[in-house]
Amino acid sequence: MACDLWTAKLDAYVDGELSSLDAASLAQHLRQCAGCSADALERVQMKRAVAVAGKRYQPSAQLREKIQQSLVKRGRHEGSWVWKIVALPATLVLVLSLAVSLYVDHEKTLRQRVYSELTDLHVATLASASPVDVISTDRHTVKPWFQGKIPFSFNLPELQGTDFTLVGGRVSYLAQSPGAHLIYRFRQHEISVFIYQDRGDATAALASAPVSMLSFTVESWTKNGLRYFVVGDVGAQDIEGLSKLLRDAG
Amino acid sequence: MEVPDQRVPAATFEELALPLFEQLYNFAHWLAQDASEAEDLVQETYAKALRAFSGFQLGTNFRAWMFRILRNTFLTSRTGLKSTSASEDEVETIASTAPNPETVLLERADREMVRQALTELPVPFREILLLCEVEEMSYEEISQVLVIPVGTVMSRLHRARKALRALMVEKFEGAPHGV
Ligand SMILES: [Zn+2]
Repeated sequence: MACDLWTAKLDAYVDGELSSLDAASLAQHLRQCAGCSADALERVQMKRAVAVAGKRYQPSAQLREKIQQSLVKRGRHEGSWVWKIVALPATLVLVLSLAVSLYVDHEKTLRQRVYSELTDLHVATLASASPVDVISTDRHTVKPWFQGKIPFSFNLPELQGTDFTLVGGRVSYLAQSPGAHLIYRFRQHEISVFIYQDRGDATAALASAPVSMLSFTVESWTKNGLRYFVVGDVGAQDIEGLSKLLRDAG
Repeated sequence: MEVPDQRVPAATFEELALPLFEQLYNFAHWLAQDASEAEDLVQETYAKALRAFSGFQLGTNFRAWMFRILRNTFLTSRTGLKSTSASEDEVETIASTAPNPETVLLERADREMVRQALTELPVPFREILLLCEVEEMSYEEISQVLVIPVGTVMSRLHRARKALRALMVEKFEGAPHGV
């Protein structure tokens, strides 16, 4: 397929609106085509820039109060208590289904937000002059380096006989909580492994199935109170390969 | 006005609608470009939505519904009527002069510049970009807010992005070198 046919789909792609089949083949193309991937990156940057710039106006506390009061006032003028009981089942259904759909929306954006934050971290780290603060292929050097820097410890897998090598690590933050960011190399690709304490809130909502975002695959799971994320621009089976090694070690 | 009997208790409406308060205000201010007008818009939106809540359809997206009410309120306001009549021609001109993507563009763009460009965009472009990028709405939700088909959402979004880019390039060219 020619590049201009892909270009036509890039907007829908960066907006997360392509079917998973289309998204997968486009991701495949982005991995091989510098032109299209630069284009995609530029669109993502534009989205981010607008998202940041667009959060601009804060309402006053007085306005909030005014609106809150207007709602309460109407509440008091509500009809008799009888209709409330009569209408209860319908009301309950409405409220429940609304709550569910709002919850699902919320979960979806939450997950997108966490994943895009992690892919950002992954890209930004690799693009920086010194991606890692501890450089070592030896897990016995990397693991103790984190002692005293983050509030937990973790185990790293033995990589002998696999295609993965450890590059090093650094401290990273997700929603203000410190964690470990490890970088692995797989053939010509870098893969990031993020480990944070599982706080059961934001991170718990994340599905364990690998998810493709832009040209990245993300896999996530929890083990022994820790939340793991594996992010890289390699295929899902390779992400899964490293994930399995980590799960077995942890 | 009589309170319809089948209405859901106000507490429920409050629980659903109040969390949207800040987003609605931000959107209103972007549309109206004026704080006190934005306040009026938000107040009117809540009043209208509360009255209409009994007619709210099951399975409809509540957030899209609130934004739709806000937007319709704006469009029928004096500022809204003015803004939409003027923008139809502008829209085409801006979009057709858009240059090719340039990655360097955004690396040099600061937030103020993006804000300025957004402010200058005609309302149909400004609002669709805000719904998509700031509110992170899906195409389906946007189509519900703007009451247009999803296909139109896609083409308008595409033109809005080109227009924004064109404005930003213009600003860079106007800016002194080294900025
Ligand atoms: Zn290409």
